[in-house]
Amino acid sequence: MIELEGLTKRYGEKVAVNNLTFTVRPGIVTGFLGPNGAGKSTTMRMVLGLDRPTAGDVRIDGRRYDQLKDPLKYIGALLEAKAWHGGRSAYNHLLCLAQSNGIPTTRVREVLDTVGLTAVAKKKTKGFSMGMGQRLGIAAALLGDPRILMFDEPVNGLDPEGIHWIRTLMKSLAAQGRTVFVSSHLMSEMALTADHLVVIGQGRLLADTSMADFIERNSRSYVRIRSPQRERLLDVLHRAGITAVESGNGALEVDGGKAEHIGELAARHQLVLHELSPQQASLEEAFMRLTAESVEYHAHSDAPVPRQQWGDDWKRS
Amino acid sequence: MIEAVGLTKRYGDKTAVYNLSFQVRPGAVTGFLGPNGSGKSTTMRMILGLDNPTAGHVTIGGYPYRKLPNAPRQVGALLDAKAVHGGRSARNHLLSLAQLSGIPARRVDEVLGVVGLHDVAGRRSKGFSLGMGQRLGIAAALLGDPQVLLFDEPVNGLDPEGILWVRNLMKALAAEGRTVFVSSHLMSEMALTADHLIVIGRGQLLADMSVKDFISANSADFARVRTPDTEPQQREKLSAAITEAGGHVLPEQDGALRVTGLPLPRISDIAHDADVRLWELSPHQASLEEAYMRMTQGAVDYRSTADQKAGLQQPLPPGAQPPMPVPGQGQPGWYAPPPPQQGGQPSAVPQGAPQAPAGPYAAPGAPAANPYAQPAPQGQAPQAPQAPAAPPAAPPTVPTASDVTKPEDAR
Amino acid sequence: MAAAQVVRSEWTKIRSVASTVWTLSLAVVVTIALGMLISALSRSEFDGMSARDRLSFDPTFISFAGMSLGQLAMVVFGVLVVSNEYSTGMIRASLAAVPQRGTFLFGKLAVATALALVVSLATSFAAFFLGQAMLGEHRASLGDDGVLRAVIGGGLYMTLIAVFSMGVATMLRSPMLSLGVLVPFFFLISSILGYVEATKEVGRFLPDQAGSRIMQVVPPVGDDTPYGPWGGLGIMVLWVIAALLGGYVLLKRRDA
Repeated sequence: MIELEGLTKRYGEKVAVNNLTFTVRPGIVTGFLGPNGAGKSTTMRMVLGLDRPTAGDVRIDGRRYDQLKDPLKYIGALLEAKAWHGGRSAYNHLLCLAQSNGIPTTRVREVLDTVGLTAVAKKKTKGFSMGMGQRLGIAAALLGDPRILMFDEPVNGLDPEGIHWIRTLMKSLAAQGRTVFVSSHLMSEMALTADHLVVIGQGRLLADTSMADFIERNSRSYVRIRSPQRERLLDVLHRAGITAVESGNGALEVDGGKAEHIGELAARHQLVLHELSPQQASLEEAFMRLTAESVEYHAHSDAPVPRQQWGDDWKRS
Repeated sequence: MIEAVGLTKRYGDKTAVYNLSFQVRPGAVTGFLGPNGSGKSTTMRMILGLDNPTAGHVTIGGYPYRKLPNAPRQVGALLDAKAVHGGRSARNHLLSLAQLSGIPARRVDEVLGVVGLHDVAGRRSKGFSLGMGQRLGIAAALLGDPQVLLFDEPVNGLDPEGILWVRNLMKALAAEGRTVFVSSHLMSEMALTADHLIVIGRGQLLADMSVKDFISANSADFARVRTPDTEPQQREKLSAAITEAGGHVLPEQDGALRVTGLPLPRISDIAHDADVRLWELSPHQASLEEAYMRMTQGAVDYRSTADQKAGLQQPLPPGAQPPMPVPGQGQPGWYAPPPPQQGGQPSAVPQGAPQAPAGPYAAPGAPAANPYAQPAPQGQAPQAPQAPAAPPAAPPTVPTASDVTKPEDAR
Repeated sequence: MAAAQVVRSEWTKIRSVASTVWTLSLAVVVTIALGMLISALSRSEFDGMSARDRLSFDPTFISFAGMSLGQLAMVVFGVLVVSNEYSTGMIRASLAAVPQRGTFLFGKLAVATALALVVSLATSFAAFFLGQAMLGEHRASLGDDGVLRAVIGGGLYMTLIAVFSMGVATMLRSPMLSLGVLVPFFFLISSILGYVEATKEVGRFLPDQAGSRIMQVVPPVGDDTPYGPWGGLGIMVLWVIAALLGGYVLLKRRDA
């Protein structure tokens, strides 16, 4: 369990993290979302005691980070930036971390095996690809078999197999009752991984809810219906006070409707349905709607490539 | 249009790319997929004339890159976002590129605006975040208003807003009739962006087809069916009826059923005949990731294994509850390793699988090989790979056998 | 207990990077080889020396002549041991593993200092014996008055140079910045101050000048240094303590 209480971090006049209060609970994967510059990395660094909060505090299982004896046995973290010496081998990197926390040497080999780096364990990490580096970082996080795990952008640089693996890993860690706190920019990935979401923007808490609630609250949901008896269906829906709209190619859409309600209605009227599918907006859409105000670098998405503006004169030269 | 013919690259005795032939057509976003080390970057470098092919050739608009007249105005590429002099400002970096190829300076400010870096254009790029560096790289690719664009992992380091922007940008570029070739590891992102796919594994072509065909060819479509939660016997009844009609039924985690092998109207009729009310009947296509994973099994370099945790005592912090047993987990490991090619277990794809007429990765005779045929990827407890998996709903048909190469043999 | 773990961990760190081996072996080789060369040259020039120079001829100190350059390698060693953590990003993993920053710094310094001490003492003795062998009939012996003190002192001097560099690197974090400060400090400022009569007094209290006093057995004629061999070393130790304290306070305070 990670508890943040009024956590604040100022760099000069700039407030990076502003009075954050939330709890990351065990047994589920909690996603940590926010645009670039929202303060996610700063928050994670404060959790690990790397940065000192300007105000407020963070508790790891009820204790301050620097009060933990052998902290790697309580919390393991993968930070976004590379955190190892390129001239050292993967094995030695993990070994020195293990020794500092009294973790047996055999465990080093285990985690190397777990992340699939055994074959290159003795090689200098300098030559590692981004994906291999990511695996090394994950190995370091798992080293102390901690009850709490924190991952900052874990799929960065991983290939599809690696992405699938880390997703499965995080879910199973949570299923074992551990606390899993993960930040990511990849909404589609988060939608598959996280159960709960903490969203921040400009250092402030924007949402702390379950995934389902978050999407429901921040986007439109509807039911799509197809039926060979379209006219009768429209009639039945109309009489039940449900508004259906055409969505093209013969389907109907009912805003905010409950699929089970429509299913029961159709059964009562002996209507044949060829599709009855509840549709929900993606996490990305919901996220965009929530954070629209707090994005730092706005691209001109409306004008991808202004072709005419700058003339064709030079092209002919 | 990019055209590769028999493209091969050897480094010493390691073959990075072998006999690749494909075309990247204008007007569409073509995704370029493959596991790490499969030769994607090497191929991109050869397209851009940075590396010389050992055999074969690759042309852009009919010319090899190095013979292209005014190449920077015809081809734009984002390869490595870090290929920028850190001490130079974003604007000066672009300006020097523009001057090299006779592009007017005002175009620099235009592309800076397009990528949203106009406010930081005067700052030295050393202090740029990964995402800002990526935007700068994209700006450089757009500089010459090229007809052909190559992007290697374009969304790396971008935040959700940036990811959405890049996706829309690529689609818009393709809609303008340009050739857009994008490599990425993010399947979910690719599924949303690309129209066409080129998949390679171990330097060889595995697939060259539309995204839709690729998914259909490598996995089964299915229907999600839900019966009233309040009456579990309805669910049993429908299951039995569907099985009897020749469909396959698998339970999903939330109590719904995953039905394969029957079209939606048929399921509707069966439910009606069995007097079962439906609360949901929705068509689903497997994810691009599932399809991709199926295809590239055996072409992956670094694999993870189960965590044994021998000799490591678990100190429980005060107040923490003991580990919960994980349902479905029969061994002490934390999670199931990625299925194929585990030590001691039968390889998912037999080397070359010459006797399998259906194709090298269909492996219809070995159902346990395909863990993704299992239902409910969401929140699913990890399962040991030995656990008997459900048989694949339908033997996946392989597209045209001619444009597919075996991933394992013939190296 | 915790400190022992940190020491073991730091030992793994220091032995598993190539820079440790090359900086230390460079220090050994340069110090000994240059000492031998200058000893050999001094022997051949002895006959041509003035009486005054012969009077202050210090065979022990001559055999340590290589230290002027060898200490540069010790500076690099001291700087890299600490600043590697920052330049590679390892510091984040290290401080997450050992959040008690004082313990972390103590463990790191203890291991690096012990290693530097062993290497320095061995170098000092080797430089002395090989240098004396080159000096032939003008040689000193270990039993002579003050010689053993000078030889052990030479080892301590090299060690303290390394520790001082560690302290400075802890304050400055960047390896380039640390070397950029330390190398001119030892090679330029110290000698420039020494040339000008007005600043000579100040220069004497710099760590290298004060510390190297311990290696002198025969003081130069008309020597008016206000401190003795141990006094000089004491001044150097004060510098080292100041650098370490500065490093400790900054490490405690700032964000990693």
